[in-house]
Amino acid sequence: MLGKLSLEAFKHDQIVMFGVMSMIGAGLLAVILLTVFKKWKWLYKEWLTTLDPKNIGIMYIFVAILMLLKGISDAGLMRVQQATSSGASEGIMSATHFQQIFSAHGTTMIFFVAMGLMFGLINLIVPLQIGARDVAFPLINAISFWLFVAGMLLINTSLAIGEFSAAGWLAYPPLSELAYSPGVGVDYWIWALQIAGIGSLLSGVNFITTILRMRCPGMKLMRMPLFCWSVLGSMTLVVSAFPILTVTLALLALDRYMGMHFFTSGFGGNPMMYVNLIWAWGHPEVYILILPAFGVFSEVVATFSKKRLFGYKYMVYAIIAITVLSYLVWLHHFFTMGAGANVNAFFGIMTMIIAIPTGVKVFNWLFTMYRGRVKFSVPMLWFLGFVFTFTIGGVTGVIMAVPPVDFQLHNSLFLVAHFHNMIIGGVVFGYLAAINYWFPKFFGFKLNERLGKLSFYFWIVGFATAFIPLYILGIMGATRRLNHYDASQGWQSLFIVAAFGALLIVIGIALLVAQIIVSVIKRKQNIDYNGDPWDARNLEWSTASPVPFYNFAVLPEVHDRNAWWDAKHKKHKITEPTVYDKIVLPKNTSIGFLIGVLAFMIGFGLVWHITWLAAAPFIVIVCLLIYRSNQENTEYTVPMSVIERIEKANKLKAQAS
Amino acid sequence: MKTKIRVVLAILITAFVIGLTFNYISTHNLAVLNPKGVIAFEERKLLFITILLSALVVVPVFCLTIFISWKYRESNKKAKYSPHWDHDPKLEFAWWAIPVVIISILAVLTWQYSHSLDPFKPLQSNKQPLHVQVIALQWRWLFIYPDQHVAAVNTMPIQINRPINLHITSDAPMNSIWIPQLAGQIYAMSGMSTKLHLDARHPGVYKGVSANISGKGFAGMTFSVPATNNKEFNDWMKKAKKSNNVLTYEKYNELAKPSTNRQVILYSDVDNDLYNKVIMKYMQPSNGNNMTEMDMNHAR
Repeated sequence: MLGKLSLEAFKHDQIVMFGVMSMIGAGLLAVILLTVFKKWKWLYKEWLTTLDPKNIGIMYIFVAILMLLKGISDAGLMRVQQATSSGASEGIMSATHFQQIFSAHGTTMIFFVAMGLMFGLINLIVPLQIGARDVAFPLINAISFWLFVAGMLLINTSLAIGEFSAAGWLAYPPLSELAYSPGVGVDYWIWALQIAGIGSLLSGVNFITTILRMRCPGMKLMRMPLFCWSVLGSMTLVVSAFPILTVTLALLALDRYMGMHFFTSGFGGNPMMYVNLIWAWGHPEVYILILPAFGVFSEVVATFSKKRLFGYKYMVYAIIAITVLSYLVWLHHFFTMGAGANVNAFFGIMTMIIAIPTGVKVFNWLFTMYRGRVKFSVPMLWFLGFVFTFTIGGVTGVIMAVPPVDFQLHNSLFLVAHFHNMIIGGVVFGYLAAINYWFPKFFGFKLNERLGKLSFYFWIVGFATAFIPLYILGIMGATRRLNHYDASQGWQSLFIVAAFGALLIVIGIALLVAQIIVSVIKRKQNIDYNGDPWDARNLEWSTASPVPFYNFAVLPEVHDRNAWWDAKHKKHKITEPTVYDKIVLPKNTSIGFLIGVLAFMIGFGLVWHITWLAAAPFIVIVCLLIYRSNQENTEYTVPMSVIERIEKANKLKAQAS
Repeated sequence: MKTKIRVVLAILITAFVIGLTFNYISTHNLAVLNPKGVIAFEERKLLFITILLSALVVVPVFCLTIFISWKYRESNKKAKYSPHWDHDPKLEFAWWAIPVVIISILAVLTWQYSHSLDPFKPLQSNKQPLHVQVIALQWRWLFIYPDQHVAAVNTMPIQINRPINLHITSDAPMNSIWIPQLAGQIYAMSGMSTKLHLDARHPGVYKGVSANISGKGFAGMTFSVPATNNKEFNDWMKKAKKSNNVLTYEKYNELAKPSTNRQVILYSDVDNDLYNKVIMKYMQPSNGNNMTEMDMNHAR
C-alpha cells in the first residue's frame, strides 16, 4: 500500500531537522498570513489559476528566489564543512550527508534557481517586447510553471521524507545505479528533474511559437530586441536538448525500476553512454541559461549608455553561432575518459571556437558604452561585475579546453571555480541586473538603489573571496566534493577564506531580500509615473507601469530596432487612439495548478514505489486534458469601457509626474 | 580629501591581500605548478602558454572596460556623445580577427599537444618500462606489479627516470586516478581498461588521489607514490616479497569489499590473471547473477 515508505523515512539528524522545521515553519506562516489578511481568494484568482504570463513570470521569480535561499544554505554548509574537516576533525557532518548537500546544491541552483529566474524573465518580458498581449499557448505556459513547482516541491520533500541523492548533481552511473545507491535519493533526483524538465520543454515550444508568430506589425526578426533573439536561441536549445535529458533520465529509471542495464557496469550496460548523453543535454543547458543573460545585458548597456546597441547584426549572428556550436562541445566535460587524441582535440578546438562569438559580444557591449553617456545604476554595476568575472571564467574555460591541461585541472576545485565564474558571473549577475532593471515595469516603483549597490558590492567581493582560493586549491591538487582532507595538504586556511567569501555572498543575498522589502515599504519615494523610468528603448517601456493586464490597449506598430526610443525621438509617434478595440484574453483556469499537484503525486508515488499513487493521478491528468480539449468558451472579451478607464487613469498618473 | 583616503585604503588592502596570497603560494606546494615528471612538466608548460595567449585578449578588455566606464560616465559632459553610432566595419573586423588569430594558434597547439601528451601513448626511453595494474576499489587503490608478482594497497612505489605504464580499471563506481606532480588524471571504469604513461625525474613521495566521486569513502582514496632510485626500489620489492599476504582471487574478493581503511598492505604474490579477471567480471553475462548479488552487498 505504501511501497517503500516507512517510519524510517522520517528520521533525520539535527541539520536536516532544522531545515525541515524552517520549511514547515515558513509554510505555516504563509497559511496564517493568508488567513489573517483574508487573501485566499486573492491567491486563487490572481495567482493559482492565472494564465497571464506576467503573473506566471512573477511566480517563477518568487519561487526561484526562495530556492536561491535554500541553495545558498547548502553552499554555506559545504563551505563550513570543508573549512572545518581537516586532519583529525571530521567537520560538522557525515560524508553521505555532505554528498547529498552538494548534489542538492547543484540541482537546486541550476534547475530551480537559474531556470526559474530565466523562465520568469522570459514570461515577463518577451510578450511585451514583441508587442503581444499573451504567449502563444497560455494554458501550456501555466502547466509548465506548475510542473516546475511540482519538481521543486519533490526535491524539497526529499529533505523531510527519505533522503536525497548523494551521487552529484548529474548522478553519474554506476554510482547512481541501484547497486551503489539503493535508497530513494536518486529516485527523488530523477523524478524532480523529469517533471520540471517536461515543463521546460513545453515552455521552449511555447516561446519559440510566441516569438515567431506573435510579433506586432513591423517587428521583423532583425528589428527584435536582442533579449528576444537570445531567448529564441535559448529556447531552440531547450527544444532540442531537453528531450535528451528526458530520455536519459527515463533510461536510468528503467535501470533502477525494471532491472534493465543501460548504464550498469555489467550485462553490456555502458555508463560512458550516460555521461555522453547527460552532457549532450548538459552543455547546451549552460548556454540555455547564459544566452538570455547576454540578452539582458544588451538591453541594459544600451539603455544606460543612452545609445544604440553597437553591432546589432553581429550580436544576432553571435547568438546563432553560439546556439549551433553549443551542441558540438559536450565531450570537453570528460576528456579524461580516454577517448583518444583525435576526439579530444576536436572537442577542445570546438570549445575554444565558442569563445570567439562570445568575445565579440563583450567588445560590442563595450563599444555601446563608448561615446555614450553611461549612468551607473544598479543594473549597469552588475554588467561591470559580469565583464570581469565572466571574462575570467571564459579564460579558465579556454585553458581547460586544451585536453592535456584539462587532465591536470579536471574535477579539481579549479573546475568548480571556473563554472561558478560562468554561472554566477554570467547567469546570476545577468538575472539580478534584469530584476533591478525591469522591476518597476511590473510593480510600478523602482527598487532601492542604495541597497542594490550595497548588495552588489557584497556579492562581487564575496565572489572573489570565495572562488579565488578555489582556483589556488585546484592548482594545489584539491579535488572537488571532498568531505575531508589530510592536514598535511595545508589547504585549510584557503578553505576558511573561501567560507568567509561565502558569508559575504550570503550577506549580499540578504541585502537583495532587504532591498525588495524596503522598496515595497518605501514605494512612494520611487514611484514610476510614466512607465519609462530609465528613458529606455524598447516596447515594454511604452506601456504604463505596472503593465495593464492586456499589455497594450492598441497593438503597436514598429518602424525601427529601438521602437520606443524611435517613437519618443523621431517622427514615428505612437498615435493616441480615440476608440479602443475589444481585447480577447484567456479565462483563468485551475487546470495548470491541478496538473502540478497531480504531477507531484505521481513523482512521490514513483519515488516510493507506491503504484496506485503513481497511476491514479496520471489517469486524472489524461482526463483533465481531454476535458479541457473539449471545453468551449475558454476566452473572454475585455469590455471597451474597462480599457478606457484604465488607460485614462494611467494617463492622469503620467501627467501628475 | 575623503576620496584620497579611500583610494589609499583600497590600495593598502589590495597590497595586503596580494602579499598574503604570495606568502601562501610560496610556502605551500602548488602541485600542478611543481611538476616532478616529464608529463606533468609538459602539461604545466602548455598551461602557461594558454594563460599567456588568453592574457593577450583579457588584459586589453579589462583596460578598455575601465577606460570606457571612466571616460563616458554620465557626469563627464566633455566626452563625445554619438547616440546613433552603432556600426564600424574596421573595429568590428578587428575584434572578430584578433580572437580568431589567437584561437587558431591555440587550436594548432591543442591538436599537437593532444597527440604528444595522449595518456595512452608510451613514453620514449631506452629503459624497460615498469608495468603497474591499477584497480580502484571501494574505497582504496590496489596496485599490482605483474612482472614482479607483488601488489600493494594505497601505495605505488616507482623508480625515477624509468617510464611507468599504468593499466587502470575499477571494481567500484567510476574513479579518476590523479597524481598531480607526475601526470594528469584518467578515469578508472569497471569492465574497461584505460592507460596512463608517466615518469618521475626527481625522488620524492608524491600524493595521488581519486578525482571522481565514488561513494561515501571517496575523500579517503588517497595514496602515496614514493619515487626512488634503483636500490631503494629494489629494497622495497624485497620487503614486499617478505610479506605474509598472498593475493589470490578469494583474498581479492575480501579486499574488494567496501572499506574506508586507509592502511598500506603489501602482497608477496598475486594471482597472475587477477587484473583481467576483475575486468571480465563485468564482461561476462554468465557471471551476472553473482555480480548483481555481490554489488548489492557492496552497497550495504
